[in-house]
Amino acid sequence: MEVPGDFPDVGDYAVIGNCRTAALVSNRGSVEWMCAPTFSDASIFGAILDRDAGHFSIAPGEDATVSRAYIAATNVLQTAFTTPGGVLRLTDCLVLPDERIPELYPEHELLRRVECASGEVEVEVSFAPRWDYGRRRPRYAKRGALGWQCLDCSFGAILRSEIDLAEDKPRARLAGKVRLKAGEARWLSFAYDEADASVIVPFGEDAGARLQSTVAWWKNWSTRCSYQGPYRDEVLRSALVLKLLNCATSGAVLAAPTTSLPEVSGGPRNWDYRYCWIRDSALVLHAFLRLGYHEEAEGFLEWLLHATRLTWQRFQVMYDLYGEVKLDEKILPFLGGYRGAKPVRIGNAAHDQLQLDIYGELMATVSHYVEAGGTLDTVEAAMLAGVGRHVMKLWRLPDQGIWETRREPRMHTFSKAMCWVALDRLGRLADKFAVPIDRKHVAAECDAIRAEIEDKGYDEALGSYVAYYGGKETDASLLLLARYGYRDPGSPRMAGTWDYIAKTLCDNGLIHRYRDDTGYDGFAEPENAFAPCNFWAAEYLANAGRYDEAQQLFERLCRLANDVGLFAEEIGTRTGKPVGNFPQAFTHVSLISAATALYQRKTA
Amino acid sequence: MTQTAAEIATILIWGFAATATLSAVMFGAQRLGYSRLSIPFLIGTMFTGERSGAHALGLVFYLLGGWLFAFIYYFIFASIGRTGWELGLLIGSIHGLVLLVMMLPLLPYVHPRMASEYEGPIRGRRLQPPGFLALNYGYRTPLTTIVAHALYGLILGARLALT
Repeated sequence: MEVPGDFPDVGDYAVIGNCRTAALVSNRGSVEWMCAPTFSDASIFGAILDRDAGHFSIAPGEDATVSRAYIAATNVLQTAFTTPGGVLRLTDCLVLPDERIPELYPEHELLRRVECASGEVEVEVSFAPRWDYGRRRPRYAKRGALGWQCLDCSFGAILRSEIDLAEDKPRARLAGKVRLKAGEARWLSFAYDEADASVIVPFGEDAGARLQSTVAWWKNWSTRCSYQGPYRDEVLRSALVLKLLNCATSGAVLAAPTTSLPEVSGGPRNWDYRYCWIRDSALVLHAFLRLGYHEEAEGFLEWLLHATRLTWQRFQVMYDLYGEVKLDEKILPFLGGYRGAKPVRIGNAAHDQLQLDIYGELMATVSHYVEAGGTLDTVEAAMLAGVGRHVMKLWRLPDQGIWETRREPRMHTFSKAMCWVALDRLGRLADKFAVPIDRKHVAAECDAIRAEIEDKGYDEALGSYVAYYGGKETDASLLLLARYGYRDPGSPRMAGTWDYIAKTLCDNGLIHRYRDDTGYDGFAEPENAFAPCNFWAAEYLANAGRYDEAQQLFERLCRLANDVGLFAEEIGTRTGKPVGNFPQAFTHVSLISAATALYQRKTA
Repeated sequence: MTQTAAEIATILIWGFAATATLSAVMFGAQRLGYSRLSIPFLIGTMFTGERSGAHALGLVFYLLGGWLFAFIYYFIFASIGRTGWELGLLIGSIHGLVLLVMMLPLLPYVHPRMASEYEGPIRGRRLQPPGFLALNYGYRTPLTTIVAHALYGLILGARLALT
């Protein structure tokens, strides 16, 4: 069955989740992306990548204007459809049950409540999961009052509905409709258990209690946010996104819950982001620390030290949720792609690239963790020493850089600077803990890196650091040299770099990560503005003492979030709309970082 | 050690080995997505609604049950007057079939947390019943259950000796 209508804009989706998987719900009331059982498994609702790859829609049977919002401080979504006949309100969540009650709950439950708020509205339901990214269609078996069991999948999946549904065999879906009057409501629950007998949950008060426990869980988590500065709503929404992507069973943080949402409409830059990037995650950990979420930060650090043991002392660019290192890239040729953007990929071939900056980001994060009161045991200290020795061996090599270019390795200035950060922080950690490393050697290598960067990574004629040695191009990641303490933000070299970036990478008020017309990343096609870079710019300006400019930029960027405050990886240069995998942890963590920089500058 | 004590020790040792094998096959079938029948989970949820506690408690009862059935198998072998892996395989297969056809379908009537298809789930009764041949837990469940129990019988038939 094809979902009625064309692909919604990426920004027309909102995300809900239970810290083990996530679902994207469109503003037409349709769940069009969800992987099961967990984030990194195959999708069961995949209409965002192909209109026949699965959906679960609940919507009015007539045209409606839509408004939606999360229940305050939660990841529970409410969508209101205003039709000529009345107003329909849809509430969606992935349930987080109250575990203090000794009851059996399904391992995962997508709970949906549709209520007629006024007038009289016809509601249409279409439930059409597709297993294995849409490769296989399900069969259904009616289990009496227990609901509809979905067959032919490896887990026990059951749909219960207070709206009568019938099987539409040719379209392999369950469908039904009902006319609701003001005050009437219906529940629908899609629940599944990975390996045990299914647990089937009642409706009525019980369903209301599950919804309330989910709301309470998120609100309770939100109250732990210690940030009290400006833009608190935006910061809290970003923190909620990060928490939603923080896998409860391993501590890992996903880059995004989706795959292959294109960086440019119809283009080839379609990547699978359902993995844990060391770089992004280190920044997420830092954000959690800044916001007072020490438990999450510790959980992630544990994951990090555990996951990377398989490759220690070398770090892989990314790992899966449980530290798996083989993430071979595959193409799913049977999926048409979001608005025709092919290929759809799963896995990520960038996993075995050499990207030297990750060592600096990791070491800086451990350093922040220690500054926030964390400690390192002797095993962890020895691991970090091993990483430091590895950096001293590698830093002279060319790499693919922070942007994971798919071309020959180059001597990226930012990568070198992050090697400097790694060794600098290692030296500082060695001041506090018994890190078994030759301190003099580390200091000498730090000096050597800095000397090389200042010699080859800075162009006197341009008055700017350059993206790679000997080049004339710049790269927005160089703005982070100030954040990591490599250069004072007010220094002439950083000021010149900012000017050069603003001059060459800014288009329609938005900053690109690099020039996309020079084949910088190995692709010839243009791309949109990389959202995190724009928040880095705001952060840089704040740290450089240019508060008003920083504030203006930050506020303009916040207005480019979608209607529920979510950002994708990129922002359409012409449209200002979210583009690419969605929602993106890297963007939200950059928002938090910029907001805290503004706050610090203001209070200073 | 007396001869009786030696026989009991043999039953306990091989009863444990057979139960471990049976559990491994059933657990493997679950993890591979072939079946969602977990007898320890079904037993454990008779006593607690807490999922991980149910697994742990159920496993203890399951192990004790495995030993008990090892003695029953021994008495069956003794009543027939012979052992052997072929006979064990046959009895194990029948054991699996009886479980599927007679015991599991009765479960909704005795299990305090199992829901019914007639009434639907209610507070406290939420587990999906196994249905005919436990097919509600996956269409390969009959196969994996009979294979697991046949292996249980095979091990006992091969290793238990009559005096």
